[in-house]
Amino acid sequence: MSFWQRHQVIEKNSIILVIGILLVIAIGGLVEITPLFYLKSTIEVVDGVRPYTPLELAGRNIYVREGCYLCHSQMIRPLRDEVERYGHFSLAAESMYDHPFQWGSKRTGPDLARVGAKYSDDWHVTHLTNPRAIVPQSVMPGYPFLKETELNASNIADHLKTLRAVGVPYTDDQIANAEADLKAQVDPDGAGSEALTKRYPKAVVRNFDGKPGAPTEMDALIAYLQMLGTLVDFKLYNEKANLR
Amino acid sequence: MADHSEIDTVSGTATTGHAWDGIKELNTPLPRWWLITFYITIVWAIAYWIVYPAWPLISSNTKGLLGYSSRAEVAVELANLEKIRGEKMAALATASLADIEKDPALLALARARGKTVFGDNCAPCHGTGATGAKGFPNLNDDDWLWGGTLDQIEQTIRYGARSGNAKAHEGQMLAFGKDGMLKPPEIVNVANYVRSLSGLPTRQGYDAAAGAKIFAENCAACHGDNAKGNPELGAPNLTDKIWLYGSDEATVIETITNGRGGVMPAWEGRLDPATIKAMAVYVHSLGGGK
Repeated sequence: MSFWQRHQVIEKNSIILVIGILLVIAIGGLVEITPLFYLKSTIEVVDGVRPYTPLELAGRNIYVREGCYLCHSQMIRPLRDEVERYGHFSLAAESMYDHPFQWGSKRTGPDLARVGAKYSDDWHVTHLTNPRAIVPQSVMPGYPFLKETELNASNIADHLKTLRAVGVPYTDDQIANAEADLKAQVDPDGAGSEALTKRYPKAVVRNFDGKPGAPTEMDALIAYLQMLGTLVDFKLYNEKANLR
Repeated sequence: MADHSEIDTVSGTATTGHAWDGIKELNTPLPRWWLITFYITIVWAIAYWIVYPAWPLISSNTKGLLGYSSRAEVAVELANLEKIRGEKMAALATASLADIEKDPALLALARARGKTVFGDNCAPCHGTGATGAKGFPNLNDDDWLWGGTLDQIEQTIRYGARSGNAKAHEGQMLAFGKDGMLKPPEIVNVANYVRSLSGLPTRQGYDAAAGAKIFAENCAACHGDNAKGNPELGAPNLTDKIWLYGSDEATVIETITNGRGGVMPAWEGRLDPATIKAMAVYVHSLGGGK
């Protein structure tokens, strides 16, 4: 039986063909995906990257819910003009606790990977409420309801637990205090802020939306935006050891 | 395979020998140019594997003959950029602000550089034309919260205001109403008094003398006896008809009741010192520099 005749078996039997296709794709997947899990060079070793605080995580969920990623990427590519505009190119380590990641290449708005601490909280409140109040040429939609909507904090511990199941190193202590930490982060005068910054180094405790009372969705989203790209100290980062 | 092939009588084309329910399949091969291109792409891929980083191994990956690295490449490009910008940019880093003002070539470079960087970093708050918005100062006028000399502007850009930086400008407009220092009728009186300082109409029947007294006791410490402000504390001049948050009575009352404290981020660290200097020179040149 010649090679071509043997091949007819696959061509004429759809189940065998399907199994064959799956096998070929699986080999491609194995070669391209599995090494990313075991190669140490995939994620740089850096200091400072920590899991999101409960408030930042709630803000991230709002970011995803509102579809911010449809217009904003969070990935500064290693290209001269991007580094000139946005700062140091993004590291894999900076999004290692992101599920799902917010990379991307479609930028109707600017990249947000290093927007943290770039503008004031007031600016974010004004801009998220009505972007054109402050940037007349903006095409971004307004999100005025965020500052009127109280943040649903009751399920935040479950979010932390879920993320732990997929590999984010939240501790039992962090999960047990999730709801308290969430509220402590908007209350600089409160008792909980010290414990919060101990559990989450570099966490910024502020009344982000400028309104007294329970945290709003605006608080959460701004807390998230204000920490983006701020965790790695690039003075300590070893550029040479992490060439890719 | 070729055993069963024959020439189809209708089309004159050879058949593949495959027949399904008596229907035979014509053998019309892909055009030769297409096939050759296809084979070239395969060869190209193999060459690519050899010269560029490609295959994952046990503990690393093949580096390729060229030793290419996108991160090394961007470092080289940035170094080249430094070279293109050349000595002048280096001079900008070492020259004092006063020297930059005196040297026309440096001044032109600083303004151009400042303008470019302003677009991405400053315009979101202060506006593309630096005209500002409610709560975000206009930089074209000669009214400066933290002082309008070159050095003062550089200081403000570098460390910010209430930014959390250790050297940032501090000082808050207190929440006189919310914190119970003044009662609502007192606030109405002092708000109208403040409006009168810049010639704005006042509410009928307000007590000017009481307003002046409240001002002297509570406001003059920061805004000065003559209400001309104090750039050390970021206390604005209240007599110049320039209003950061608005001049209508309701807004002035809101300001006195809840206080104000706009934040300007610190740019040290995000922008290099030469760029911050260029920015100071550019902002100074917008019209109101002192």
